[in-house]
Amino acid sequence: MSPWLALIRPGDWLVIFGSALLVGISVPVFWQGGLADRAIIRQEGKVFAEVDLRSKRQFEVAGPLGTTLIAVEPGRARVVSDPGPRQYCVRQGWLMRPGEIAICAPNRVSLQIAGRTKVYDSISY
Amino acid sequence: MTRSVTELTVTAEDRRVAWLATAAVGLSLVDAAIPTPLPGIKPGLANIVTLVVLVRYGWGTAVWVSGLRVLAGSLLLGYFLAPGFFLSLTGTTLSLLTLGLARHLPQRWFGPVSLSILAAFAHIGGQLLLARVWLIPHDGVFLLTPVFAGAALVFGTINGLIAAKLLAEPVSSETPPCPRSSASP
Repeated sequence: MSPWLALIRPGDWLVIFGSALLVGISVPVFWQGGLADRAIIRQEGKVFAEVDLRSKRQFEVAGPLGTTLIAVEPGRARVVSDPGPRQYCVRQGWLMRPGEIAICAPNRVSLQIAGRTKVYDSISY
Repeated sequence: MTRSVTELTVTAEDRRVAWLATAAVGLSLVDAAIPTPLPGIKPGLANIVTLVVLVRYGWGTAVWVSGLRVLAGSLLLGYFLAPGFFLSLTGTTLSLLTLGLARHLPQRWFGPVSLSILAAFAHIGGQLLLARVWLIPHDGVFLLTPVFAGAALVFGTINGLIAAKLLAEPVSSETPPCPRSSASP
């Protein structure tokens, strides 16, 4: 091991530790959207409930077709059941990343995950 | 045999570039054969040759060797002019530019290990930017940045150490066996 260490000059250590620090910093910078902390439930486009993703709760949202059942658990949320005919929002399963959304269009209910920073689907000018 | 109309004079420098580029291409093939957990992460063993050439023969020769390596390597592996070729070209260009600047650092303090790490970061930086601009125009590409940067640090350090080891050895061992007669000026 020591013959290899002898090949590293003083400035090299600086570069190694400097880059290691940069790599460490890059993790929270680039993965900031990775922490989901809220679930937003909407009914008819209006916010029905905004839940902290640290709790474990169930919601029953009434829509024109019936009741949509939504489950919130620490770090994730899902639509458990929905009266809609095609069940797209139920089959999406657990949502855990910011920006993810399950829309139960027939019953006019949506469940969205939000993080600290707002994630846009698209931006136009 | 009829003599060729066009006379190409091959200098000792040309032969050296050709030999070193061959070594670099060989290492590229080894690189491609090593399985990796994530596409885009590979050891970049050919950069060892680039580093040794840079320190021993200068930046110009390093540019030639790297350029030929990217070209011949892509032809052999079958991705010439495919997206991977342009990623490789961008990464190599940026790391060569970085090396061009970094080699002016005081040699007493900064050795091949520093050069290798800086080049590795420039390489992955260039590739990520090209991927963002051209291949995957979405910021989601940058989600992989920490992984790529970590890999650049690890492999950059290892390659730099190997290059430093090779540079610490006497020159004679890597002199190519080429005919002496034509090389004499």
